[in-house]
Amino acid sequence: MPLKRKIKELQKRRQEVLLGGGEKAIEKQIAMGKLTARERIRKILDDDSFHEYDLFVEHEARDFNMDKKILHGDGVIIGTGTIYGEPVCIFAQDFTVAGGSLGMMHARKITKIMDHALKMRMPLIGINDSGGARIQEGVNSLAGYGEIFFRNTLSSGVIPQISVILGPCAGGAVYSPALTDFVFVVDKISKMFITGPEVIKTVLGEEISMEDLGGAHVHSEISGNAHFYAESEEECFEQIKKLITFIPRNNTHKPRTFETREPKNEFQIEKIVPGDPTQPYDVRDVVRAIVDDSDFFEIQEKWARNLVIGFGRMGGRTVGFVCNQPLVLAGVLDVDSSDKAARFIRYCDAFNIPIVTLVDLPGYLPGADQEHAGVIRHGAKVLYAYSEATVPKMTVILRKAYGGGYIAMSSRHLRADFVFAWPTAEIAVMGPEGAANIIFRKEISEAKDPEKMRKQKVREYKEKFANPYVAAAKGYIDSVIEPEETRKLLLHAIEVSASKAISGPKKKHGVPPF
Amino acid sequence: MCAMNEDKTKQKKVRFKSLVIEGTKYRTYFTRKFENRKPRIPENPQYILSFIPGLILKVFVSNGQKVKEGQDLLVLEAMKMKNRIKSPLTGTVKAVHVKEGVKVPKGLLLIELEKE
Repeated sequence: MPLKRKIKELQKRRQEVLLGGGEKAIEKQIAMGKLTARERIRKILDDDSFHEYDLFVEHEARDFNMDKKILHGDGVIIGTGTIYGEPVCIFAQDFTVAGGSLGMMHARKITKIMDHALKMRMPLIGINDSGGARIQEGVNSLAGYGEIFFRNTLSSGVIPQISVILGPCAGGAVYSPALTDFVFVVDKISKMFITGPEVIKTVLGEEISMEDLGGAHVHSEISGNAHFYAESEEECFEQIKKLITFIPRNNTHKPRTFETREPKNEFQIEKIVPGDPTQPYDVRDVVRAIVDDSDFFEIQEKWARNLVIGFGRMGGRTVGFVCNQPLVLAGVLDVDSSDKAARFIRYCDAFNIPIVTLVDLPGYLPGADQEHAGVIRHGAKVLYAYSEATVPKMTVILRKAYGGGYIAMSSRHLRADFVFAWPTAEIAVMGPEGAANIIFRKEISEAKDPEKMRKQKVREYKEKFANPYVAAAKGYIDSVIEPEETRKLLLHAIEVSASKAISGPKKKHGVPPF
Repeated sequence: MCAMNEDKTKQKKVRFKSLVIEGTKYRTYFTRKFENRKPRIPENPQYILSFIPGLILKVFVSNGQKVKEGQDLLVLEAMKMKNRIKSPLTGTVKAVHVKEGVKVPKGLLLIELEKE
């Protein structure tokens, strides 16, 4: 029975390859606290939905005795599958095969699935667990990385690209995740850096551990390279699946809509925000008070915490939130928070997600370190991103909106479609203290009791200008609303802006202050 | 009720601080990054600091020696480049803090000069 025999042979061949680097290598992988590449794919995708491509690919390296080595699948698994029924392309580097090192065929498998994702216009998920370039393959492995980076860039803004760092991802390899939309890291497992501790020690004489150099904490809290942090791989997979529910398949689709659900009663909008603009509160509670089911999916929650970004649903539709956070650094804009906001705004704009901006900020963070770190060009990114965005833009000014911060946070002047303000809003060129000191400098210095005069003038300024009505009189604000009305009006705004269509002047592309 | 209370219990040790912006004091938390920010140290041309971590390959001057502006003081090798560090001023070498063959971190005081 030749057919049966041939099927048997296929089964045998499959079984061999499916074991990756073999049982010993798998044991090692597990001992490192990591799941295997196959296990990871299985846990991310819907049950039995994975279809693998290129299982029998072999490397072509001939130097350094490589011709005698068999590397199953050349150290990477690629294929398609679904997450909650949504189709995705996925690749996972297999650390059990030559340390997941990237050779020519390994790279070709990755670029194959990337091409497939772009052609079919569906999301791409890449799981990185690799020792880096396969040195034996020399310049071919460098070429491989270059081909991947090029495709990351080509796909950017067309299909969602997700990177999951589940092991080392070092040297040039880090630039693929950096070019993608969302980077997931897991405590104690993820390691990302350009030059490792060894190189730093020999070249510079500085000693630093891998964890302190590029561990999950570093990238989720200090560098801002990561968007989602998890304690375990399982938690990470849940985050990925949840993210998929909020984003569309590609830039011509809208995110899936869900049934509308009311916010939970425990988030009472009027009880969250203190009237005094110098007092802190957690702006995420305001978001929870207005989104469906009070479910706010925060992004980059540990980095640049003075600004909050994330997804929620309103009326079942995905909305991107950009909010100043008075709880941290009084909610100022600075280098990091500007970066964080600008990139997220561009993401939402690229993928047809309306943006709701909650404003409460005293301005920019003062200091030589900020100025020298380029707060001018970083801050400019926010202006650029909001001005450029053509998705529906809804702004709610909760309390203070002073000076350049007012302009930057999706103001009417940058073409916000709806600008609402609470009665507690203070829209002014600067805070009352600073303004009074300048405008009434003469009166204050010449008064018998300058301190008393200063206080009086601050009060006068507050009464006259620290409110939403001056801006409302000019039409810069469309309506002054009661906090309770916020959800209702935002739902209305999202509803009526669903068919928004505007276009700017024709250009190849702008030159944003990257 | 709201997460403000949660935050208070979670971050028991983190106390609200004051941040002054344009004369107004705001009650808020600080980030670790903000608290660890480095104060600015004004440049002093009399202090020669290592601008990059590396290896001191050669030292051309010694204590008390007169130097001219532009004169080679030492060679600092870093990232496979041999950097000649030149004197920014004409004056005297007050102190040499490094020897040939030592590895230095970034920002280390290598040589002190005294302006003429």
